[in-house]
Amino acid sequence: MKRLLSITLLSWACTTAFAAAPDEFTLTIKDHAFEPREITIPAGKKIKLLVVNKDATPAEFESKQLGREKIIPGNSTARINLGPLKPGRFAFVEEYHENNAAAQGTLIVK
Amino acid sequence: MFAAALIVFRESLEASLIISIMVAATRGIPSRGRWILAGILAGLTGAALVASSMGHISNMASGMGQELFSAAILALAVGMLAWHNIWMSAHGREMAAQARNAARAINEGTRQCSVIFIVVALAVLREGSETVLFLYSLATSTEGGLQTTLGGGVGGLAAGLLVGGLLYAGLLRIPLRWFFSITGALVLLLAASMASQAASFLIQADLLPSLGAPLWDTSGVLPQTTAVGTLLHALIGYNAQPAGMQIVFYVVVLVAIATGMLWAVPRGQHAKRQGAAADHAAEKQ
Repeated sequence: MKRLLSITLLSWACTTAFAAAPDEFTLTIKDHAFEPREITIPAGKKIKLLVVNKDATPAEFESKQLGREKIIPGNSTARINLGPLKPGRFAFVEEYHENNAAAQGTLIVK
Repeated sequence: MFAAALIVFRESLEASLIISIMVAATRGIPSRGRWILAGILAGLTGAALVASSMGHISNMASGMGQELFSAAILALAVGMLAWHNIWMSAHGREMAAQARNAARAINEGTRQCSVIFIVVALAVLREGSETVLFLYSLATSTEGGLQTTLGGGVGGLAAGLLVGGLLYAGLLRIPLRWFFSITGALVLLLAASMASQAASFLIQADLLPSLGAPLWDTSGVLPQTTAVGTLLHALIGYNAQPAGMQIVFYVVVLVAIATGMLWAVPRGQHAKRQGAAADHAAEKQ
């Protein structure tokens, strides 16, 4: 029952996400490292950044430049609304390991 | 270890500054110490609960649960600070000078204590839940794990509390006739700062337009990551790259509370000038 419910919810979430149709971009965190470290998005439109945390421990996506901070519990995905943004480069970090180079990334807006 | 100390310091600094401002601002209110302690304990309990249910909170409101939760906590804190400040404008001076009517002072003081309790609990809950998750993440992901993390965490916490303590000691040196004006101004800026943070979460949840993101950029002059930037962020809500909507929230809350404070003051002074009879009448209103 629970599984059925979650499948229904998931498919509903997918359809509404596609219906609303802002572009989605995916960023993965594994072993506290971003993959990819650089991600390019289009300027001037709203997009959704999906941050997939493949570690068992919680992570926090933070960007002072973008004004975003979001905790991503272990083994889960967070949706982060971004834009519309002007062209430029925006730094982001996985705050819990921000001193590691692998936990620092750049969002490139073109 | 250093990473742990730094993050715990940053989080505990914000809570610790809020607490010292509240402790100072409620000087003269009976048994406030007990309420502050209770607020800290309630906040820590809440932080552990929030941290452990972060997965559920995140999934609420189609993935925007965290944003709405943070915004709600901040909005509640802003409301409490507003009430506190407006109330203190009307009664602060009497409280400090040991009010003539002791029973009334204790009665209204108790009501103020529940405000202190809530503000302190919310501050600790917000900063605490993030710290708990961070420590958990770090303790399980680095070699050396738990021990170094705890060591760093305790060091960071101690440093955060120290800065809060220094602020409090500094505030106490202010002469009494300016004391409540200054703590009032600090609480006012704190409320405006929390309102702008709430706006940031509502923008993140895509419920509000950003109205320019960022509206300006002073990160070249004073980055938020520096000590001064961090301190100013915690005290007056300094943001190197604020969104336009954050400025709107900041200014609206600042003006609204300041207006409420100005509106509350003359009534108190008026009552005092008219003597005990008018004071009594004002009490009945």
